[in-house]
Amino acid sequence: MKEILVVAEIRQGEVRPITYELLNISKCVNGKITCILLGNDVKEIAKELADKADEVLLIQDDSLENFNSELYWHALKEVIEERKPYIVAMGHTSMGMDLAPYVADQLDLPIVTDIVRIEEKDGRLVVHKYVYNNKLLAELKLKESEGYVLTIRQGEFKDEVGGKEGSIIERSFSPPETLKKRFIEYIEPETVGVDISKADVIISVGRGIEDEANIELAEELAEMINGVVAGSRPVIDSGWLPKERQVGISGKTVKPKLYLALGISGAFQHIVGMKDSDLIIAINKDPEAPIFQVAHYGVVGDIFEIIPELVDKLNQ
Amino acid sequence: MNIIVCVKEAPHSESEVIISKDEKGVEREILTLGINEWDKYALEEGIRIKEDNGGKVTVISLGSNSDDVLWESLAMGADEAIKISQDTFLDGHNTAKMLADVIKEMDYDLILTGLMAADTGNAQVGVMLASMLGIPHATIVTGIEMENGKLTARRELEGGLEEKVEVDLPCVLTIQSGINEPRYVSIMGIKRAKKKELIEKEGIKGEEYAELIRLYKPPVSLAEMIEGSPDEVAEKLLEIFKERGLI
Repeated sequence: MKEILVVAEIRQGEVRPITYELLNISKCVNGKITCILLGNDVKEIAKELADKADEVLLIQDDSLENFNSELYWHALKEVIEERKPYIVAMGHTSMGMDLAPYVADQLDLPIVTDIVRIEEKDGRLVVHKYVYNNKLLAELKLKESEGYVLTIRQGEFKDEVGGKEGSIIERSFSPPETLKKRFIEYIEPETVGVDISKADVIISVGRGIEDEANIELAEELAEMINGVVAGSRPVIDSGWLPKERQVGISGKTVKPKLYLALGISGAFQHIVGMKDSDLIIAINKDPEAPIFQVAHYGVVGDIFEIIPELVDKLNQ
Repeated sequence: MNIIVCVKEAPHSESEVIISKDEKGVEREILTLGINEWDKYALEEGIRIKEDNGGKVTVISLGSNSDDVLWESLAMGADEAIKISQDTFLDGHNTAKMLADVIKEMDYDLILTGLMAADTGNAQVGVMLASMLGIPHATIVTGIEMENGKLTARRELEGGLEEKVEVDLPCVLTIQSGINEPRYVSIMGIKRAKKKELIEKEGIKGEEYAELIRLYKPPVSLAEMIEGSPDEVAEKLLEIFKERGLI
């Protein structure tokens, strides 16, 4: 039977949710699901994962306390060469991006990253991924190979499996004596101002706000409907709003009663952070903007014409 | 310090995109093109490191249409530009291989790439390049510190968390947007840069990892679209706010 090797993702003693999504790949591709867990003192986590995998390979070592792609590679190499899995699966995350292309190149395995769908067609692996700023999808048929490396996009493989009662097998690991890359420390996010994840109403601005001075427009509206102003990555990158106001994978995940997206195109990194909001209204000039795929109401229009009108009406 | 920055041409995030008739590509004439957003941050970072530490910045680009981005890079402050006239799309391995073939012959202390490209969304090339050159790497870098020949990089993780890693030189860093504020380049500056010669290098493509079956549009949105004048739209939004008890 083909083996799908899922690399579990843990950080600061907790399983990252992408791990469960990776284990759901067994719904798309027939095969035995093996989950490899690398860490230090993580036996309890292994037990938890065994419910969703046919087998858990547990490798524990002091050196594996924090993720380091160089160490992970050394640990994975042996396992992959020995077992020759059909698919090595990781998340398209800060961990997978650092590790998966390296593994694929070292072992000369075909790789596709950030995929949202996996199928088998005529015995060949077919995958789908977003391209061109999330505006299009590409369907790719992978060349014949003994094995593949795939990374998946967060939030796309939600169909949960469970009740597997897989076995846990411990393996030893001896880290290399010298490393070219060393983990030093975590830097926790600053929490000084407004916590946007607690707000009921969020007015969120994106690249379409065009200029720092225009943030005022969003603030004016927010004040009238008891909301807070947040932003997508380009606005934070430009320094127009502090980092703690960022919505998305690298910022905060929010679930307000109203999420009003002004000039936000909707990169998936942003969408993951707001798609569970009760009500999403998006205003964007671009009718093809991916934000409209998750919005409940959409307006193709100019925020600089619509918002002042809305503010006027609220004033009355 | 010899710094190499890999740049490529890519569509702007707001560029219109139209699938070509054979469904295997997009209409190039429609695209608004320029230096890939993340590569621009990488180049700015490279130039700043050179300004602080001395040395040279060489930009290298793969693509038969890369002249413009190379000239823009020279105008930003790169010293030399290398062009490999080969095209790839989603096959990051081939891209990395052709870049590595050229870079292997060069002297370098630091290689910077953008975290990913706007057209492929792959985030593969920088890491593969490190693998092929046998040097370490760090991805999604939001800050670089250099002290006594030691490089420390800040990596962006999820949920606002970051980590610090120490990486031996030479290494490859893939740069996240927002790490700096890329300098403005004037049209005159680009005109001047065009007097410089691009160094042409050959690239030999290997077998493709995957066959592109088709490009297609995402499923139709479920959003209810509100149409009308700004006044009518505002009125309708107000109604929705009232219905939901938001005002």
